[in-house]
Amino acid sequence: MSRDLSINVHHVTRVEGHGNIVVDVKNGVLKKAELDIVEPPRFFEAMLKGRNFHEVAIITSRICGICCLGHQMTSLRATENALGLEISEQTEILRKILIHGATFQSNVLHALFLATPDFLNVGSVFPLVNTHKDVVLAALRLKRLANDIGDVISGRAIHPISIVPGGFTKLPSESEIKELREKLANEGMKDALFAIDVLASLADQIPQFERETEYISLYNDKEYAFYDGLICSSDVGLVPVEEYEDVTNEFVVPHSTSKHTRFNRSSYMVGAMARFNNSHKLLKPKAQEVAKKLGLIAPCHNPYMITVAQMVEVVHCIEDAIDLMDILLERGIKDEKPNQNPTRFGRGIASTEVPRGILFHDYTYNRKGQIEKANCVIPTGQNLANIDDDMKKLVPEILDEPKEEITKKLEMLVRAYDPCISCSVHMLDVTFEE
Amino acid sequence: MSQEKKNGKLKVAFFDFTSCEGCQLNKLNFENELLDLLKYVDIVEFREAMDDKAEEYDIAFVEGSISTPSCVQRIYDIRRRSKILVALGQCAVSGGINAMRNEQPLEKVQEEVYGEHKYLFPSMPALPVSAVVKVDYEVRGCPMSAPEYLHVFKSLVLGRKPETKDYAVCVECKLKENECVLEKGMFCLGPITRAGCDAICPSNGQYCTGCRGLVSNVNKNGAVEMLKQHGFSVEEALKRMKMFNTNDLEKEICWGKE
Repeated sequence: MSRDLSINVHHVTRVEGHGNIVVDVKNGVLKKAELDIVEPPRFFEAMLKGRNFHEVAIITSRICGICCLGHQMTSLRATENALGLEISEQTEILRKILIHGATFQSNVLHALFLATPDFLNVGSVFPLVNTHKDVVLAALRLKRLANDIGDVISGRAIHPISIVPGGFTKLPSESEIKELREKLANEGMKDALFAIDVLASLADQIPQFERETEYISLYNDKEYAFYDGLICSSDVGLVPVEEYEDVTNEFVVPHSTSKHTRFNRSSYMVGAMARFNNSHKLLKPKAQEVAKKLGLIAPCHNPYMITVAQMVEVVHCIEDAIDLMDILLERGIKDEKPNQNPTRFGRGIASTEVPRGILFHDYTYNRKGQIEKANCVIPTGQNLANIDDDMKKLVPEILDEPKEEITKKLEMLVRAYDPCISCSVHMLDVTFEE
Repeated sequence: MSQEKKNGKLKVAFFDFTSCEGCQLNKLNFENELLDLLKYVDIVEFREAMDDKAEEYDIAFVEGSISTPSCVQRIYDIRRRSKILVALGQCAVSGGINAMRNEQPLEKVQEEVYGEHKYLFPSMPALPVSAVVKVDYEVRGCPMSAPEYLHVFKSLVLGRKPETKDYAVCVECKLKENECVLEKGMFCLGPITRAGCDAICPSNGQYCTGCRGLVSNVNKNGAVEMLKQHGFSVEEALKRMKMFNTNDLEKEICWGKE
């Protein structure tokens, strides 16, 4: 088929930040298929220079309002690694609960508010208030519950307050944790399973498209890794976090203010699907059941199924948060002050799984405890090359469909990755020379 | 969603510029109020949540700083089509945390970031929306204060002028009966920062970072002197004040001071 086709979606909707889809086909031959990132650059690493160690997470949180907890967490751990600050077991448990809350809040927002309208052929979640009120209300309650976790444990869900290097400036009470636990176990789980039933009924709306790629996530043999672990590549296995630059290999492309990355192939995938493919055996029992019900089987090579993997993770996060809260309640919450006495100064690297994938923060501190050099490698940046590669395979496969249908499938593809474009252009790595 | 004004409903739109989009997200976090609000307004444009676009708006909420030439064009266009324009969150109100980079020469920052590609992506100092077009009302904070946003939203829907607070965070902190952060030996910007956050940071064991901008009659020298008395150097105090207030403290920096 010798068709000419030109698609230019200026500012893709229902994604975080500003990106354009550009496709160009001449005489049936694909000339160009790419996601242009046009978000203004933010220059965060430049802003961090000279900042004291306890200010750093306050600033990095502002890289992204959706991923603020993930940035703070990774930032705090990089700072703690650099300064030799030990944290208590209690701090670690509370942080893991916070990550679960932030993950299921973000996954619910994406899967039910941003992606589901496509499966029901509407332009936003708002018309669904009339046609699918039950599921909209369930999603709102789930989001509220996730935000409650952030509010209670970290002072505020967006740009958390009380999580600092070495611990917490204010601890939640046992009765607050107990209340959250009951809400999670009852209405939280009920709403999640209800939303999943609705998603299961829409499964035939998920486009069929396969492209096997390299899947990269954190891996930890004790649990489905979010907080800590080694870098795991589906191509070559485990790599220490300290060697992250060998994995990410960032490079500049002219169509994106965010850098691209590659490891063993021209691109790799991070996020819920990469985590699921690498760590699915470590999912909690109910999450495993839900995966089966939704037809998600590892390894899955359909990027449109990322939304499904996110909902499986919602169930896992609720289950694991309940288990962690039980541990906490059994031990009792001890009144601890944050440990902010550095034992050394130098470089610290940390990696956390945030909703959109593996995140790296890398800091070097001088002897005054101030940042000399900073680098952050963001999940969405790591997915950009993979999205371009998906589009290059997808467009020729669906070229005989109407332009509107092709455009919709491309938008759905970009949306499936749940890109967080503010994050990805937080800035590129900078070295400071004095 | 219809672009016609239905049942006298106001047409409301949301726009984002250079920011973390946390204030927009905060809006979606009114799980309890979101559906009630929709009874009174039509949301006609909100790229982060929906596909629709509209020609005119009764109220435009604008988040983020103006930091590229294309941002300037977009905000002109939005202003032209809006009856009321509200700056949402500190990036839009004052440049916020984005303005920290205004302290360094732009050319240098761009070169450090993009190297030889420094002219590939045009950039400029991070400006508040009010540096480019008229702003009618503002909702301060990083992130914006949710109750304040609801107050402004409700007032405008009712056709009233929203009241704003112009006294220090200290007032709210005292009402919360918090122990004074400075007396605890910590740094704090509460005495010069505009209230409206209910002193949320001191109430959670943190110090005030000044994220809501300065009170209008700020005694800068007095503040620096007070911090000095509590053991913080002028250099340190100014550096901390600049985290969210670079543009306020050095107005002249706005259009690219060396």
